Amino acid sequence: MDSIDVLTLVPTSISAYLEQELDKRFNVLKLWTVPVPNKTQFIKDNSSSIRAIVGHGGVGADAELIDSLPNLEIISSFSVGTDKIDLKKCKEKGIRVTNTPDVLTDDVADIAIGLALAVMRRLCESDRYVRSGQWKKGDYKLTTKFTGKTVGIIGLGRIGKAVAKRAVAFSCPIAYFSRTEKLELKYKYYPTVVELASNSDVLVVACPLTEETRHIINREVIDALGPKGVLINIGRGHHVDEPELVSALLEGRLGGAGLDVYQNEPEVPEQLFGFENVVLLPHAGSGTTETRNAMADLVIGNLEAHFLNKPLLTPVV
Amino acid sequence: MADDDHSELPTVLVLRRCPFIALLEPKCSQKFNLLKAWDSPLPQDQFLTTHARSVQALLSSGNGPPITAQILQFLPSLKLVVTNSTGLDHVDLAECRRRGIAVANAAKVFAEDVADTAVGLFIDVMRKVSASNRYVRGGLWACRGDYPLGSKIGGKKVGIVGLGSIGLEVAMRLEAFGCSVSYNSRSKKPSLSYQFYSNVCELAADSDALIICCGLTEETHHMINKEVLSALGREGVIVNVGRGAIIDEKEMVECLVGGEIGGAGLDVFENEPNVPKELFSLDNVVLSPHQAIVTHEAFVDLGELVTGNLEAFFSNKPLLSPAVIN
Repeated sequence: MDSIDVLTLVPTSISAYLEQELDKRFNVLKLWTVPVPNKTQFIKDNSSSIRAIVGHGGVGADAELIDSLPNLEIISSFSVGTDKIDLKKCKEKGIRVTNTPDVLTDDVADIAIGLALAVMRRLCESDRYVRSGQWKKGDYKLTTKFTGKTVGIIGLGRIGKAVAKRAVAFSCPIAYFSRTEKLELKYKYYPTVVELASNSDVLVVACPLTEETRHIINREVIDALGPKGVLINIGRGHHVDEPELVSALLEGRLGGAGLDVYQNEPEVPEQLFGFENVVLLPHAGSGTTETRNAMADLVIGNLEAHFLNKPLLTPVV
Repeated sequence: MADDDHSELPTVLVLRRCPFIALLEPKCSQKFNLLKAWDSPLPQDQFLTTHARSVQALLSSGNGPPITAQILQFLPSLKLVVTNSTGLDHVDLAECRRRGIAVANAAKVFAEDVADTAVGLFIDVMRKVSASNRYVRGGLWACRGDYPLGSKIGGKKVGIVGLGSIGLEVAMRLEAFGCSVSYNSRSKKPSLSYQFYSNVCELAADSDALIICCGLTEETHHMINKEVLSALGREGVIVNVGRGAIIDEKEMVECLVGGEIGGAGLDVFENEPNVPKELFSLDNVVLSPHQAIVTHEAFVDLGELVTGNLEAFFSNKPLLSPAVIN
């Protein structure tokens, strides 16, 4: 298969293992190494030979890119979210799309709880307090207990359910908003996000990004969550109206935030850097060696299946 | 002295001011006459001799000062020590037993908060939460790329040292993350299905992480020594929410600096608030200023428990949370 051209958008820093495994099997064109002004020309020069794209959670394939590759057959995303891929166009053109569900569910759910604990118990801030020598001058202040607090989850899919399972072990009552009520689960359902936010201490965004869920966390929801509420975003940056989030934190209308994703990664609004009630992660939800390797195996597995005319492992389209 | 104004209220001696006492005071001073040793210009010994001979109850803080036999000598009428901590390593229990002084501690009232801290620190070390938070805040994500990968929590073998009320809460939480839990304790708990190790070194050898939840006693002092740390190994992680002196701190620091263990999440240290400065430059270490119990909720619950114990004592009722001192 090493005569097959695969265009990859995934830098080594996200998964050296993926890069290594792709290199073993295909002729890999690394778009991420091409300087921005030269990208269009690079695509043009290789347009007829590229048969596959490997993207990730932060960068996929829009209509323009898809249209410029006449022999594109498959897009294999190194992520579970496919919001960066024009799925409609892929369906129209018969291009297959795969993602990496399940293997990253646990890691992302772990990060959601880790962020909630870090924000409410000020773990990062008090680490800084110790490292700067301030502990010698006095004790750190009182923080907020996590156990027993109501956790509201937006989106009760694989990741949402995994977050709930962990929160239950902390005796947290679980509430949720979802497209449909899940009667088999004993968690409290709210038909609107605002009602969910009003009745939650911690609000976790765990749904896919679609046109309906863009800015699902807006000013109204933030105000409903309130000055003691904590927002945890493990979904996508565009789930949250980012400027509204910043002003709510500045004005004390929101109790705190734990964020793994942002509107324009890797850019993070600098105003967030000064808040002690905010924890910022660099889109690391699936960021463990074990999980990134498992994700890479799925990407490779899907590509191999496709080029060997076998059923895809985890197709989206 | 203020004690003349509150002559109807029973007297409770407090040796040193601390945030907990300050928070408790408004409620407590309505029910008790708080005799504050630190308020007096007299040195402590003289103060006690002059004012505390008839004191029956002492309110102590886990942060000190230690309730030693010497201090107890100045308190011939003492019948009760109430401490705001679960740990009793700061109280001379043998002397209390000899004198027939009852001891009440905080029992399980903040076991949940401590367990939350233990799990929070564990996740932080494994998934590099504090380190990558610093990375983002330093503006490094945009120019240097993604932060190095962490380690998956699911499927890891966690050894809990001390399966008391705190250890049990930690175990319950970690199970939900898909960890397999084993433990070392003074005695096996037959009602629990977790695997028991009678030897902490063997537990370390079979674990990916150790979480220290036990009390500090003569047996547990420096129990986590070089041998245990070596058994834990290069990828191993240690979390301590017990007492600093359970770990041989000097050895642990050497292991961390030398890369002989994988990382540490520490809420307690041998000589607080001093923390070995070698740790400050390590990204695989998370440091916490002995604040596992310091939440608004814990303080409210603790305040009620401490007040409840004192009220019970002064009305000749059973203590709410008597400590077992055998």
